[in-house]
Amino acid sequence: MTTAGPDDPPSVAALRTATPMTSTTSASSTSGAVVELDHVTKRYGPPGTAPAVNELSLTIPAGEICVLVGPSGCGKTTTMKMINRLVEPTSGRLTIDGRDVLQIPPVELRRGIGYVIQQVGLFPHMTVGANTAVVPRLLRWPEARIRARVDELLDLVGLDPAAYRDRYPSELSGGERQRVGVARALAADPPVMLMDEPFGAVDPIRRDRLQNEFLRLQARVRKTIVFVTHDVDEAIKMADRIAILQRGGILAQYDTPDAILAHPANDFVERFVGADRGLKRLSLARVRDLELIKPVVVTAGADQTGATGDLHASSVDYALLVDGGGRPLGWIRQGDLHGQGPINAEQATPGASLLEPETTLRDALSAMLASSVQLGVVVDARERVLGLISVDQISEVLQSGQLPVRADAAG
Amino acid sequence: MPPGEPLLRPDWIVQNLDVIGERLAEHLGMTATAVAVGFLISFVLALLIRQRRTLTAAVMGTAGILYAIPSLALFAFLIPFTGISFLTAEIALVSYTLLILVRNILLGLDSVPGDVLEAANGMGYTTRQRLWRVELPIALPIIVAGLRIATVTTVGLVTVTSLIGQGGLGYLIVVVGINGFFPTATYVGAFLSVALAVAADTLLLAIQRRLTPWSRARGATT
Repeated sequence: MTTAGPDDPPSVAALRTATPMTSTTSASSTSGAVVELDHVTKRYGPPGTAPAVNELSLTIPAGEICVLVGPSGCGKTTTMKMINRLVEPTSGRLTIDGRDVLQIPPVELRRGIGYVIQQVGLFPHMTVGANTAVVPRLLRWPEARIRARVDELLDLVGLDPAAYRDRYPSELSGGERQRVGVARALAADPPVMLMDEPFGAVDPIRRDRLQNEFLRLQARVRKTIVFVTHDVDEAIKMADRIAILQRGGILAQYDTPDAILAHPANDFVERFVGADRGLKRLSLARVRDLELIKPVVVTAGADQTGATGDLHASSVDYALLVDGGGRPLGWIRQGDLHGQGPINAEQATPGASLLEPETTLRDALSAMLASSVQLGVVVDARERVLGLISVDQISEVLQSGQLPVRADAAG
Repeated sequence: MPPGEPLLRPDWIVQNLDVIGERLAEHLGMTATAVAVGFLISFVLALLIRQRRTLTAAVMGTAGILYAIPSLALFAFLIPFTGISFLTAEIALVSYTLLILVRNILLGLDSVPGDVLEAANGMGYTTRQRLWRVELPIALPIIVAGLRIATVTTVGLVTVTSLIGQGGLGYLIVVVGINGFFPTATYVGAFLSVALAVAADTLLLAIQRRLTPWSRARGATT
């Protein structure tokens, strides 16, 4: 890859998204639609055999992410595929904004629903631009409108249209393919998106970044998303609501992640979410929900005298060393300062954990515990320092059992 | 060969350029006709097999038997029905393309990854749109590979049809050259036949490369 792509290895810490979404174009006007499943059953064998999905009823509010999670064989993918009729239900009713999906011809229905799968399924013979344009072309949009929409979407998912539009999928990294997959699914601005383990084929670090990015994207587009995963951590992170299914397609619990972690409905749910429920609840609060600590910032090359004084006056033990552009380089202790002269980068303890406001407290905790200094640097999309958080703040949350009040998610 | 007859008479070639050209054109026409008709039949057969996989054994078995029949025997079987004619020659030539073409069209279509098909269904392609816009383009390199083998084989086989009065360059090789004890014609015919095969193969490859720029685009950082 010649240009610096969004999938270059993360520099200081893994938790930051390398490419912030700087798009200024407004995304989409359509918000989601209500998706309702009413006593839906799917049986692959003859009547009497065990169903794959059994009398499932769910109401997914417009604009929310509903994660279907459960062990293999629980019917989560089958459930999802009944919404766009890739699988036909044996009985029951499915509606989108009150319209019965079984009354809509499958091809028409599918063109109106975004679809993202684990292996992405980009068309290898089409460029990124043509892949993104698939549904608008099927809907016979005028070419000029398609072109504008493709550029808007690539921008939205953090890919520079000029650099990516004419590339083929074989020239992209896994993460870039996944973004194109999301852009393609959003192309015709569908109110509902179905996502089948969309980040399952990406390595854990990139998965985390793609998840964060997707959550930011969703905060703007507000689609109704049905998201299938077998990973309970991913479910907790992504979901507004989680439907936990057990073998045979039986709904074990349908509630918000916090309610499921705090009050599992039965033994199955309790076992499925795991013994570390308390720790997992930390995934539900984000760095932005904490009160940030004001850092002592020193710039590499500046005189040491001022820094010594500032550090004395502050409640934190470490000053944050930044480069000329304000980007964090590492930590400086009182003892690292030798009175006079300019500060140089070698004096610092390297390895500041960079956190984004959207980073979950759980991920922030892991990052801070893994670094030598148990502080995290909260930075904005341009890597400007917003403040610090400490491990102590998170352990207070754990002890109180109360999640910090969530700030407005719209940011 | 009469005593004293040289292996190659350049003056004969120069004086008979028109006859050689005609035979070359005839050879090209017979090849193109056989491959085109063979491809159309194979394409329909391949689509039928995809609809009903149970037909695979019957279709491939028949194509395999046709492929195995010696060409001389096949002419002998056909002559009572279609005579010593262009049609007889073409029926034989087309028969020999089927096995390779049906097999490669199927291989090509089967090479389309499952996730691509699932995505295509999920996007709302109709079955027909999916075939023409997704499956066939992706299958193209393998289909063209089959066309290249079929074409090269057919160019060689056309010479044999000189035995039933057709033959293109085979006329020069067999009738003028061998039967007439005139090696120059045999050499000219054989050389042009090989050249035609190489040229057709190269041309098909170039067309395929042109149509599938994506198959050479690489450099992923997966």
